[in-house]
Amino acid sequence: MSMTMSQKILAAHAKVDAVQPGQLVMADLDLVLGNDITAPVAIKEFAKFGTDQVFDKKKIALVPDHFTPNKDIKAAQQCKMMREFAHEKEIENYFEIGAMGIEHALLPEQGLVDAGDLIIGADSHTCTYGALGAFSTGVGSTDMAAAMATGKAWFKVPAALRFNLSGKLPAWVSGKDLILHIIGMIGVDGALYKSMEFTGEGVSSLTMDDRFTICNMAIEAGAKNGIFGVDEIALEYLAAHCARKPVIFSADEDAEYEKTYEIDLSTIRPTVSFPHLPDNTRTIDEVGEIRIDQVVIGSCTNGRISDLRVAAQILKGKKVDPRVRTIIFPATQNIYLQAMDEGLLKIFVQAGAVVSTPTCGPCLGGHMGILAEGERAVATTNRNFVGRMGHVGSEVYLASPAVAAASALTGYITNPETIKEN
Amino acid sequence: MDAKGKAFRYGNNVDTDVIIPARYLNTTDPKELASHCMEDIDANFVKQVKAGDIMVANHNFGCGSSREHAPLAIKAAGISCVIASSFARIFYRNSINIGLAILECEEAVQGIKAGDTVSVDFSSGTIKNESTGESWSAQPFPPFIQKMIKADGLINYLRKEARA
Ligand code: SF4
Repeated sequence: MSMTMSQKILAAHAKVDAVQPGQLVMADLDLVLGNDITAPVAIKEFAKFGTDQVFDKKKIALVPDHFTPNKDIKAAQQCKMMREFAHEKEIENYFEIGAMGIEHALLPEQGLVDAGDLIIGADSHTCTYGALGAFSTGVGSTDMAAAMATGKAWFKVPAALRFNLSGKLPAWVSGKDLILHIIGMIGVDGALYKSMEFTGEGVSSLTMDDRFTICNMAIEAGAKNGIFGVDEIALEYLAAHCARKPVIFSADEDAEYEKTYEIDLSTIRPTVSFPHLPDNTRTIDEVGEIRIDQVVIGSCTNGRISDLRVAAQILKGKKVDPRVRTIIFPATQNIYLQAMDEGLLKIFVQAGAVVSTPTCGPCLGGHMGILAEGERAVATTNRNFVGRMGHVGSEVYLASPAVAAASALTGYITNPETIKEN
Repeated sequence: MDAKGKAFRYGNNVDTDVIIPARYLNTTDPKELASHCMEDIDANFVKQVKAGDIMVANHNFGCGSSREHAPLAIKAAGISCVIASSFARIFYRNSINIGLAILECEEAVQGIKAGDTVSVDFSSGTIKNESTGESWSAQPFPPFIQKMIKADGLINYLRKEARA
């Protein structure tokens, strides 16, 4: 029976020859992830399991990234619980403040993700790692608890949608614009329960950072996972980060897709998601005049080095609009250091932006940039739900780092093509 | 196990950020979470909900973040069953894993208004609008999931399997 890439990874980890869509399987996991919001719930559940040991000290990652550095006493309590659990169970991949970064940027960077892996995380954006040819998906805390104890999780084998890419993205257009375009096209439940598989000759023109951004937002179309084939670019990244040998799965020639979308990358425009759903997209040409109060550049979607470089390219030698609070948060300590070495942080500070330590903070309305009633933000994050970044009467517009940086300069949502570089 | 109560009615794409906003996620206490459940789109929910009441929504209920705090908050608020046209997948598995009853039934969703009294028979999957007399049958869970619900959630199910 022919299978998609995602189905092959599930079959291999369930130790069966073949699986088909809809089938329920119990499969072995390569990595189990939790953060300071989801792990405390999982730790309580784990205690009910009646075992002292986790299944494998190397295959669990605990990242305190959401409300850290601790935003209040309750957050401190939750982090303490997670820290103590990590020490008690001798979990090797616990990342304390100073080593911590936003989980979905951190784990691939630390070499914890390999091609062919099966990964679950108690965080919906765990789907990010599909960029490296892994099957990874978000689950809840009870799944995480059970997985920490047994090393297994149950899966319903997903059907798949194929996005066949051709051509090359134009200047100032990035993976973020492509995934916003796709979500706008298929809707926030357009890939519900399904895999999104990205194929075609256009893939080779997408950088690793583009691919992480694209897979990161698969969940915003309701998908179970997003996944790219493993090519030279992915192998190069893995060779630089991961000590294990990649296991390469590829879809069968005659694998079944519920639908194939043909996308010419050269036709993609800078794209913005209007409040309050990621599928409420407009191209930059249709945006109109939208006054903004805050710009947020960072997150697990767009806090990587190439995102910061694009922002710096636009902000260099200029000042942000005095009415726009501009907050930039690199996703990991390594990215932060690299941005420092390349002089990007200086460009940001000189432009009148603030640069934060790695944290999820503003992305989920946690801390470090909460919006007041009636305020609008352009953010490179992934969700613009009601109240996501603060007051229920505030608004979030999702965009690429280029659009966000251009908007910081003018105070309106702005096409980066109109900004003259210094 | 049956459910009967007043229907709270919501639309499409109710996301976990409105079910329980992130600003309250610095606790894991279900009662405390429940006290803020739905407040960003329906401030009256917490004031009006009674034990046993039923939540009814359109497509893609529970989309967004993987926070298990969302089904926990709904359950602790007293909701006995959520009926929706479709559920977001992480919410779906979280609900099963923690033992919050959820049913997918487009026709029932169309036939239930806010405030109607609704009853649900879990063994047969029958949903009845007691206020209008109409009834529908929802898809039963696949056997694998039925076993998990019977064992009262994932953890107990796996413990049982481990002993077997
Ligand atoms: S940056 Fe935002 S979307 Fe990403 S893990 Fe953190 S809170 Fe979630």
